[in-house]
Amino acid sequence: MEQREKILEVKNLKQYFNEGTKNEVRAVDDITFDIFKGETFGLVGESGSGKSTTGRSIIRLYNPTDGEIDFEGTKVHSIKGKKDMLKFRRDMQMIFQDPYASLNPKMKIRDIIAEGIDIHGLASSKEDRNQQVDDLLKTVGLNPDHASRYPHEFSGGQRQRIGIARALAVKPKFIIADEPISALDVSIQAQVVNLLMELQKTKDLTFLFIAHDLSMVKYISDRIGVMNSGKLLELAAADDVYNRPLHPYTESLLSAVPLPDPEYERNRIRTPYIRREETDEPEALREITPGHFVYCRESDIPALKEKKANYTK
Amino acid sequence: MNNVLEVKNLNITFDTYAGKVKAIRGVSFNLKKGETLAIVGESGSGKSVTTRSIMRLLSQNANVEDGTILYNGDDLIKKTEKEMQKIRGKDIAMIFQDPMTSLNPTMTIGKQISEPIRLHQKLNKEEATNRALELLNLVGLPQAEKRMKQYPHQFSGGQRQRIVIAIALACNPEILIADEPTTALDVTIQAQILDLMKELQKKISTSIIFITHDLGVVANVADRVAVMYAGKIVEVGTVDEIFYNPQHPYTWGLISSMPTLETEKTLYAIPGTPPDLLDPPVGDAFAPRNEFAMKIDTELEPPFFEVSDTHSAATWLLHPDAPAVTPPAEIRARQALYKEKFANYYGKNETSVFSSENEVKGGL
Repeated sequence: MEQREKILEVKNLKQYFNEGTKNEVRAVDDITFDIFKGETFGLVGESGSGKSTTGRSIIRLYNPTDGEIDFEGTKVHSIKGKKDMLKFRRDMQMIFQDPYASLNPKMKIRDIIAEGIDIHGLASSKEDRNQQVDDLLKTVGLNPDHASRYPHEFSGGQRQRIGIARALAVKPKFIIADEPISALDVSIQAQVVNLLMELQKTKDLTFLFIAHDLSMVKYISDRIGVMNSGKLLELAAADDVYNRPLHPYTESLLSAVPLPDPEYERNRIRTPYIRREETDEPEALREITPGHFVYCRESDIPALKEKKANYTK
Repeated sequence: MNNVLEVKNLNITFDTYAGKVKAIRGVSFNLKKGETLAIVGESGSGKSVTTRSIMRLLSQNANVEDGTILYNGDDLIKKTEKEMQKIRGKDIAMIFQDPMTSLNPTMTIGKQISEPIRLHQKLNKEEATNRALELLNLVGLPQAEKRMKQYPHQFSGGQRQRIVIAIALACNPEILIADEPTTALDVTIQAQILDLMKELQKKISTSIIFITHDLGVVANVADRVAVMYAGKIVEVGTVDEIFYNPQHPYTWGLISSMPTLETEKTLYAIPGTPPDLLDPPVGDAFAPRNEFAMKIDTELEPPFFEVSDTHSAATWLLHPDAPAVTPPAEIRARQALYKEKFANYYGKNETSVFSSENEVKGGL
């Protein structure tokens, strides 16, 4: 695999809540991964796996308990000063899950989208500001005439497009999309996913796509990380994760995804995931084949290598 | 097989400040004994309203304008509230989408499960408790005896949904209505709940109406599928017919817009949004989003055309005079598979139930 430019490096990130108390929650427990420039990195896992917390730590909505996040070589959590912070906020944007809760109901669409433009002083005049908003609305497939409306006048899919336009307004390099389509209907999900993929091509964006819908993540992602109980259990190219999974948890998760194919469903066999007993041998994310990482013990490696080699596809 | 439920020409409107919303526009379907009928469609298509009307749980501003809901020959719409209370939870039970809000937080779960048993089966407290224990074991909740005394907040989402299922099954209902029962759950928990429902159905031969928008779940649980769009059923057939030989362009769109684990190319997306049912469009409600729409689609509502004895779809494309169209690639692949696999019972394809063909020729 060619050497690609890293845009984001997450190193030994730990995010504990209620640290040191009786009810300490280790939401993210020592995870390490990189995201390359221009790719879509999918993060999947069940609720409580720590995938959303990871996203929120990256964009500095949380201060991590330990570990480091480097964005384009800058340590995200050591950014100080208003100017540097503004630059970081401009480069990294977020699209939220709930299109109903993430738009201020008292603001017009024009002002919601232009908020970032105003804060960063990206418009030279009022006309320029309006023009930028109109262009953004067109980019996400909405009618510019609707800029003077309020959020409640739009459907879920349209609101999610507004959320996307708002994220694009400051011309970011990196977008975290936290379950951006989970609240939408099937027919609208496809529209939004196609829009995101098209924008990535035309605007040279890097995505961190957090979701629990595995077939959608496979479709949109280049590489995928599988999380469970705050740990990254498997990390590989999307195709490897789906067709050549190595970690038993990934296999179990894949065996549970219902597919729109009755014949397949009748013959489906589910693999339950049983966590191994802990031993003295430490577990860590280890590279089995180039680019394919599995959370395992040193002694597991030969067996995992063999397992990977035995996949025929 | 005999029908336990027959819904005929159901029309329901809602009074709103903006006017009458025509939420259900002539829905008819049957539910056979022991089968699972899945109703699919997007939000607002009327799937929940249809099932709530069966339970007579519609809100104050709803009007049943027309239609009958025959349960073993009795019209549920004509029942008084008192008569309905004897049916609800006993003969027809319901599982709701959100296991977090459908349990009473101030009652132990043991008490909540025994409630319908004591009410409908007139058992005493001890007998009801024993039955509740039995049910919790049936739905696979470990340490049932100890957990009977606990409150809903002490259970996880999957466990709560098991409890809700136990309550619904308490009186061995003839019909179980499950309204998106697994939507709020993780895939692994969803898989367990679906398996549980299928297993229980075998044991007590309940008929299930399963509402969902997840086609993967439909493929897993359903015997038959009804696809709803804008307050109408647009296609109905066996699960194989709907997934491998769909005929309505809306069904094509729904199936193609879900990525399978193999999808590589651009995902098919149905353009536009569903119509406003305050003022439903004339003709076929799906026409504005339908790339195969013909002139007649904007003028006259399509009747149901029979594809096989069990499969029919309301689209003018099935009219003998309609031009041949090429469905999306995903659908063509499925249809090819269907012809190959199910060649034996691949039924008649062109029979039309619409008799006065000359009348519509001009519009096509």
